[in-house]
Amino acid sequence: MDDAATLGAAPAVRSDRLAAVARNAFPFVVVGAIWEIVARAGVFPRKLFPTLEDIARSFVDLTAAGILPHHAIETLLRLLAGFGLAAIIGVTVGVLMGRSRRAEDFLLPIVSILAPIPGLAYAPLFLLWFGPGEVSAVLLVAFVSMFAIIFNAWTGVKAVKEIWLRSAMAMGADDKRVFRHVILPGALPYILTGLRLGLAQAWRILVAVEMLAAVPWGLGWLIFGAREFLNTDAMMAGIVVIALIGIGLEKYVFQKIENYTVVRWGMMGSMD
Amino acid sequence: MTDTAQRRRTLIRGFLSLVAAAAFYQSVAMSGFFPKVLLPSIPTILTTLYGALADGTMEQHAAATLYRVLLGFALAIAVGLPLGILMARFKPVENFFLPLVSALMPIPSFSLVPLFMLWFGIGNVTTVLIVFYAATFPMLFNTWTGVRSVNPLWLRAAGAMGADEKRLFWKVIIPGASPFIITGMRQAFLRSWIAVVGAEMIAASDYGLGWVIFDSKEFLQTDVMMASLVVIGIIGYAFERLVFGSIERATVYRWGMVRMAKG
Repeated sequence: MDDAATLGAAPAVRSDRLAAVARNAFPFVVVGAIWEIVARAGVFPRKLFPTLEDIARSFVDLTAAGILPHHAIETLLRLLAGFGLAAIIGVTVGVLMGRSRRAEDFLLPIVSILAPIPGLAYAPLFLLWFGPGEVSAVLLVAFVSMFAIIFNAWTGVKAVKEIWLRSAMAMGADDKRVFRHVILPGALPYILTGLRLGLAQAWRILVAVEMLAAVPWGLGWLIFGAREFLNTDAMMAGIVVIALIGIGLEKYVFQKIENYTVVRWGMMGSMD
Repeated sequence: MTDTAQRRRTLIRGFLSLVAAAAFYQSVAMSGFFPKVLLPSIPTILTTLYGALADGTMEQHAAATLYRVLLGFALAIAVGLPLGILMARFKPVENFFLPLVSALMPIPSFSLVPLFMLWFGIGNVTTVLIVFYAATFPMLFNTWTGVRSVNPLWLRAAGAMGADEKRLFWKVIIPGASPFIITGMRQAFLRSWIAVVGAEMIAASDYGLGWVIFDSKEFLQTDVMMASLVVIGIIGYAFERLVFGSIERATVYRWGMVRMAKG
C-alpha cells in the first residue's frame, strides 16, 4: 500500500525518477532471470514450468483472440454485482443496527454466528440451493463481503460522538436532519473502510468461487480449466491478468478510498 | 441499575432472535416446500454432528484441517516476521522486496491453486502452500509497518541511555511494533482459515473440513455439510477470541500499547 507513496515521492528530477524505476524493476528482473534459468534448465517438464517467452506469447495470443479480455470483463462484472449487493445490504443493516437498539439486539447474534465461518465454506450449500452458475457465484461473493461492511457501518454509526448528536438536536435538527447531516458524515470513514475491506474480500474469494461454481466465463474458470489440458502458459497468463486487476484495484480503488478517508478525516490506521 | 436492565434486555432479545431464526428455519425445513435433502431439519443436523463426533470422523477431518492451517500459518510467520523486520530496518532489503511484495500481494491465493495442483499434486503440500501464501502478506506487511512506526523518540532515548543494537531491538523495537505484529498474526490467521477451506475444496484430498463439505455435495448430504459448517465456525471463533484475544491481553494491553476495546 505504501509503495505508491515511495513511487510518488520521487522528485520530479528526471534522473531520480529513472533511478526509482530502475530500482523498482530490478527485483523483477532478478526473479524473472531465475525463473527463466530454471525453466530452460529442464529441471521441471517444460509443460509444467513454461518459459517467460511461452507465457508472454500465450498472453498476447489470448488477448488478441479476445479470450482473455472476455474472461476479465465477466470476472469484473461478477465482482461488481456481488459487491454492489453486499454494499446495499451491508450498509443498510449496519446503519440500522447502529441506530436502533432493538435492531442491534436482534440482528447482532445472527450476524456474529454467520460471520466467523469462512464464506467459501458456504459455497457447496449455495451450489445445491441455487444450482451451479451465475446466481450462486454472485450471491456467494455478496454474502462473503457483506459482513465486513455490516460491522464497520455498525461501529461507525455507534462511534458518532454523543455530543454532536446532542448539539445538533439542541439546535433544533429533526431526526431526518440529524441522520443526514450528523450521523452519515460521522460514520462515513468507517463505512468506506468497510466497503474497502468488503471489496478486497470479494476479490480474494471470487477466483475460488468461479472455480467451484462452474461459470462459463471468468478468470478463475480460465485457470482452472487450463489445468485440465496442462496449459500452464495459459494459466500463467490468467494469473498475470488477475495480478494486474488486483494491483489496479489496490492502486485506483482501495488507496483512493483510503486517502480520501485517512487524509480528509485524519483517522490514520484506525481500522486495520 | 438501568445498565443491568438494559443488558438483560439485550440478552433476552438476542436469545429470542436466535430462537426465532431457528424456529423459522425449522418450520421451512419441515414444511416440505424445499426437498428435505437440501434443507435438513435442525435435529437431523445435530444428530449427524453428534454421530460424526462420536465415531471420530469429524475429529479426524478437523485435525487434518488444523494441521494444514497451523503449518502454513507457522511458515508464514517464520518468513513474514523476519522479512518484515529486515525490510523495515535495512533500506536495500526494502528496495528489493517491496516491489515484489506489492505485485504479489493483490493476487488472491486461490488463483494459485490450479498451478500448485499441477506442480505439487493434490493433498497436503498444495494446501499448506496456499495457506502460507495467503498468510504471509498480512504478516509481512504489518510487521514492516509496525517496525517503521516505532516512535523515533524512543529509539533516540534508548540510544542516549546507552542501549546497544541488540537491546534496542529486543527492548524497544519489538515491543513497540508488537500491536502491529499481533494484528498481523490475527489477519494472517483469518486469511489462513479462509484459504485452507477453499484450498481443501478445490485441491481435495481425503481429509479436511473443506473437503468434507465439498464432497458431501456430491451425495446431497446437506446435514453433513451443515455439521461441518458448525465445526468450522466454532474452531474459527475459538481461535479468534480465545487464542488471539488472550495473546493481545497478555501483551499489548498489559503494556498499555492499545486501549482495551469495549466488549
